[in-house]
Amino acid sequence: MSTTTEAPNETQEPREMRRLTVEEIVARTSTHNSLRDTVSQTITMAWRSLKKMRRNPEQFFDVIIQPLLFTAMFTYIFGGAISGSVSSYMPLIIPGILAQTALTACMAMGTQLREDMDKGVFDRFKSLPIARIAPLAGPALADVIRYVIAATLTILVGLVMGYRPGGGFVGTLGGWALTIVAAWSLAWIFTWLGTIARSAQAVQGISMMIMFPLSFMSNAFVKEDTMPDWLQAFVKVNPVSHVVTAVRDLMNEGRLTADVGWALFGCVVVVAIFAPLSVRSYKRHL
Amino acid sequence: MTLQRTPHAVKATGLVKTFGDFRAVDGIDLEVRRGEIFGVLGPNGAGKTTMLSMLATLLSIDEGQAEIFGVDVRREPHRIRQLLGVTGQYASVDENLTASENLWLFGRLQGVASREAKETAERLLLQFALEEAADKPISQFSGGMRRRLDLAASLITRPPLIFLDEPTTGLDPRTRGQMWDTIRGLVADGSTILLTTQYLDEADQLADRIAVIDRGRKVAEGTPEELKTSVGDSTLQLQLSDGADQALAIDVVRKVLGEEPVLTPESGRMNVALDDANRAADVLIGLRQAGIGISSVSVDKPTLDEVFLALTGHDTGESSDPTDDRDLEVAR
Repeated sequence: MSTTTEAPNETQEPREMRRLTVEEIVARTSTHNSLRDTVSQTITMAWRSLKKMRRNPEQFFDVIIQPLLFTAMFTYIFGGAISGSVSSYMPLIIPGILAQTALTACMAMGTQLREDMDKGVFDRFKSLPIARIAPLAGPALADVIRYVIAATLTILVGLVMGYRPGGGFVGTLGGWALTIVAAWSLAWIFTWLGTIARSAQAVQGISMMIMFPLSFMSNAFVKEDTMPDWLQAFVKVNPVSHVVTAVRDLMNEGRLTADVGWALFGCVVVVAIFAPLSVRSYKRHL
Repeated sequence: MTLQRTPHAVKATGLVKTFGDFRAVDGIDLEVRRGEIFGVLGPNGAGKTTMLSMLATLLSIDEGQAEIFGVDVRREPHRIRQLLGVTGQYASVDENLTASENLWLFGRLQGVASREAKETAERLLLQFALEEAADKPISQFSGGMRRRLDLAASLITRPPLIFLDEPTTGLDPRTRGQMWDTIRGLVADGSTILLTTQYLDEADQLADRIAVIDRGRKVAEGTPEELKTSVGDSTLQLQLSDGADQALAIDVVRKVLGEEPVLTPESGRMNVALDDANRAADVLIGLRQAGIGISSVSVDKPTLDEVFLALTGHDTGESSDPTDDRDLEVAR
């Protein structure tokens, strides 16, 4: 029977190539994926995630409803109490809401990934000769579209409510871009959670416990100098605070301050830690 | 990179996989020759899926050696993945995509150019009689269609070795027959196939050689003929009306056939292997002459349970042993 492997299949339709011998196939195998392969596989995985989003539009609910609801709610409720008036609270709160929306938007990554990984198709992904980061980086890439929607809507709602960013168009664009970069980077924390937790519910629970302190124990809603010293200490090291300050500097003043640098540096550090951790724990699941 | 021609598609020695204290695979040797269908037969929880996952680089190999076409599984998992097509017990296709999108996705992931991936998808859908369902979401697929799509997805790069994990479990008889034809077609096309099954008749129908696995160990290996002759061509199942007659009945069987009946756990129940189904009548006459009453009697083809009983001295233990679900859960 083994001879059929070697027999050239010349009788088959011309489009079909001659079947290679096993030796030729073995000789053609590569020992690892090249960078080009990895990028192409990641893009293919992102395509899959986009298809999935299009067929399950409820995945867009949070990034559409939250900016509309939270921006209006927080501004009108806290505006008078914190800054004396709604209009003077705007420059403080809009960047804060941007960061918070980004954080909740990227939080969904972990739950989505966990649910996805429990499905049969991930068994096939594991059996294919693809880079181990592709099934993680693909969804992360596709998720950028959700962050774009969230950031854009938040800014638009702010503008409608009367927010006039002092940094002008360029500064606002900078704040918008930084929000998206920060969301994409922080998403790796939740991706990692998705790869280590046992169930989607567990991911959801842990994510909430991370999200609330990160967003509220920051300068997103209130200036930190009104807080007790011990809390200020945390607020100052919280990467979300740096992102919020950086977005404020960009949008309100149009300035590239040190905080922009710190925010970007924080993003790099988060990705550098959590992307390799995610890949490692994803591999261990094999 | 060696280009020596190895006669084996798979060669594994002393494979061991433990989950805590549980030895799921406990020292299995396996040799699959090129171009054959090799069947791994065993009950739920015997370690079949675990063993296949180890060979497919989905689980690490705790102890032992494995080579596929001369490539070391442990050391070069990436190369192994390029030589294998794996079809799992549960259809591993994407529920959110259509059939053709699924095939395109898996083609692209394996470096097939977009247009070529589309053509390959069309060809495979045609080959597996799925062309009409090409643009339907998988959620509308029947079990048989899913399995076919799953198998098609494993064949995109025409891998020389294909793993099929219980390819027909849960399929109705007609779909099962179609799947068997498809599998035979793959071998005719030059592939080597390693399949696991719980069904003796499936292994019998398809496999050139069979290994019987029980509790992580290989208990027998041979052609289907060799295996079947170890339990006889058919089996006479007897239920005595009085369990106390058992010793007497054993004597009768021994005298008539010159063979030992196999006792089952239930009282007064026994299985007798027959080379020829017609000899059942001789046994019954013998029992009547000895004055032993029978409450039920049947003559059947040997089942996996009987092969097991004959080979291991215990039944497949569906109810008490770790089930496949556990096997899978631990494997994850």
